[in-house]
Amino acid sequence: MIRYMIRRTLFLVVVLVVVSMFTFLVFVKLPAGDPIARAVGRHPSPELVAQVRENFGLDRPLWVQYWRFASGMIPWPGLFLNEKVYFSYRNQTSVKEQILGRLPVTIALTIGAALLWLAIGIPIGVISAIRRGSLLDRAAMIFALVGVSAPIFWLGLVLLYVFHFWLGWLPTAGLPKGQSVLRSVFEGYFVLPWFSLAITSAAFYSRMTRGNLIETMGEDYIRTARAKGIPEHRVIFRHGLRAALTPVVTMFGMDVAFLLGGAVITESVFQLPGLGQYAIVSLYAADFPAVMGVTLVGAFFIVVANFVVDILYAFLDPRVRYT
Amino acid sequence: MADEGIAGSVAAPGGGDRPSTIVGRSPWQIFWMRFRRDRVALGAGVFLVLLAALAITAPLIARDLVHHDPNALFRDTLNEIGLPKVGPSAEFWFGVDTSGRDVFVRTIYGARTSLLVALLSTGFAVVLGILLGSLAGYLGGWVDTVISRAIDLTLSLPVLLFSIGIAAACSIKAEGCLGGLIQPGISLVTAIIALFTWPYIGRIVRGQVLTIRNKEFIEAARAMGASTGRILLRDVLPNLAAPIIVYGTLIIPSNILFEAALSFLGVGIPPTTPSWGRMISDAARGQLYTVAWWMLFFPGMALVLTTLAFNLVGDGLRDALDPRTQVTG
Repeated sequence: MIRYMIRRTLFLVVVLVVVSMFTFLVFVKLPAGDPIARAVGRHPSPELVAQVRENFGLDRPLWVQYWRFASGMIPWPGLFLNEKVYFSYRNQTSVKEQILGRLPVTIALTIGAALLWLAIGIPIGVISAIRRGSLLDRAAMIFALVGVSAPIFWLGLVLLYVFHFWLGWLPTAGLPKGQSVLRSVFEGYFVLPWFSLAITSAAFYSRMTRGNLIETMGEDYIRTARAKGIPEHRVIFRHGLRAALTPVVTMFGMDVAFLLGGAVITESVFQLPGLGQYAIVSLYAADFPAVMGVTLVGAFFIVVANFVVDILYAFLDPRVRYT
Repeated sequence: MADEGIAGSVAAPGGGDRPSTIVGRSPWQIFWMRFRRDRVALGAGVFLVLLAALAITAPLIARDLVHHDPNALFRDTLNEIGLPKVGPSAEFWFGVDTSGRDVFVRTIYGARTSLLVALLSTGFAVVLGILLGSLAGYLGGWVDTVISRAIDLTLSLPVLLFSIGIAAACSIKAEGCLGGLIQPGISLVTAIIALFTWPYIGRIVRGQVLTIRNKEFIEAARAMGASTGRILLRDVLPNLAAPIIVYGTLIIPSNILFEAALSFLGVGIPPTTPSWGRMISDAARGQLYTVAWWMLFFPGMALVLTTLAFNLVGDGLRDALDPRTQVTG
């Protein structure tokens, strides 16, 4: 187990390094605009350009530039997203501060949506699997297919139209300035973003749960459990669901991690000042330290989730043994 | 799909023309027999054929039937502050947008963009996925390690951000990137989508190849001196047809949504090329859809119905091709 964990950790470090190289190449070396031109304003003197170039570290060799960014990944007080490198070209602020300031919005969005899609998706999947072929199953699977087929940005706009502009039940897009995220959560500003994120995922999870549970319930050990006289609900929940949900757990871990890195589309539809919105705004403004910062934080979440899911697997699935 | 045991199977009583005799059927005949019975999937298939016809004939419809060009501006359909005032009507079936363009014509032109990008990118992704997945699964060793890690890595990248970054990087110069191979516009978007979807196919193909590579018929081919390429092409690939068809079909709708998301974010497809994602983002700009609901409704419905149809066909194919599903009735 220990050896397995060490090997996993090493692989994750490699993943982070490669992701950071990709990010560096795509966002810093193939840029869509010259960051210096944006920083110095119109009609700059050559000395000013040289000065800014030096400040941004763009006069150094490629590998030095890469290392400057890469060292920001090391989770160590002086290094992690250090302000010397991770300093926004656009508005001269620390990227770390921006990210930490925006993280609560993204976390609130992710947790709420994740709880919602589990609460909708898994029960629907289980009921459909148990009552396979019934009217309920058919209705649930139609919901699931439509949910999977609807683009989030369209769904979000439709929800806004119906529940804000038409019925007036819920607040509009965006968060009120100068109030805590928690307060905005209680005032309902996150309800529509939660639902638009959750409907698609709930649809996906219900399909997955249903498929897995149907498959599991056909296994020999389920027949054995029934033959032993265990009540049916116990067979389903203790024996069937445990095996059926293992792949769902993997999926869940990865999905949550992806969202923690910034729900780009939902945040831009609902004008939520989270990490995804920061990434998009910075990308369009050719503010590469910011883009690097958000991407690395996102990759970090994914890598950690991978790790947690692997470990959880061992507890959920008795067949998995790490050697 | 496994070949053995199906070709010589006994016709179900009442299923054939002559119920008392034994009729041999090829796997594809059995597939078609089962798929034909799935009325929902069949209906979705018909819808897609109609949509494709509409997309192909869009220029004719625009010219001869509606008499509106997708980029023609009808200024008199806007009110004094530039908001569209003409909703769905006899002249403009789906209303007009903020520039006074015909939403119906743009919606059917959008089908061209959407289908073209989704089908092409899925095609490339499938080819790449088969190639790399079967090499990884069949050869094993370091080839497998490299390809599998590449798959893991691609799947853990923040896809949308990277797409935007690559699109921006490839759109600076008019000749695009990779030495002019990839031009800004539709081919760029297609390449980006293929780049991020091949790992799904690759992973499935690799898994399938792993399960069949030690079967006797592969061993026999190897013993007879067949080359790796020949074994992959003649012996392995035909056995992968079913999963590739199913997953290929199921990737199309997610690629349609991928393209729509990219054009919603304003990446890739130029503004003059009608695309559903871009139309929806036009409707969202300045909350325009609150005064012109048709700008949001029609392209959105087109998107949902198209992806839904592909999903239904994909599900139908899976049920019909999977020997384990029981077809009742």
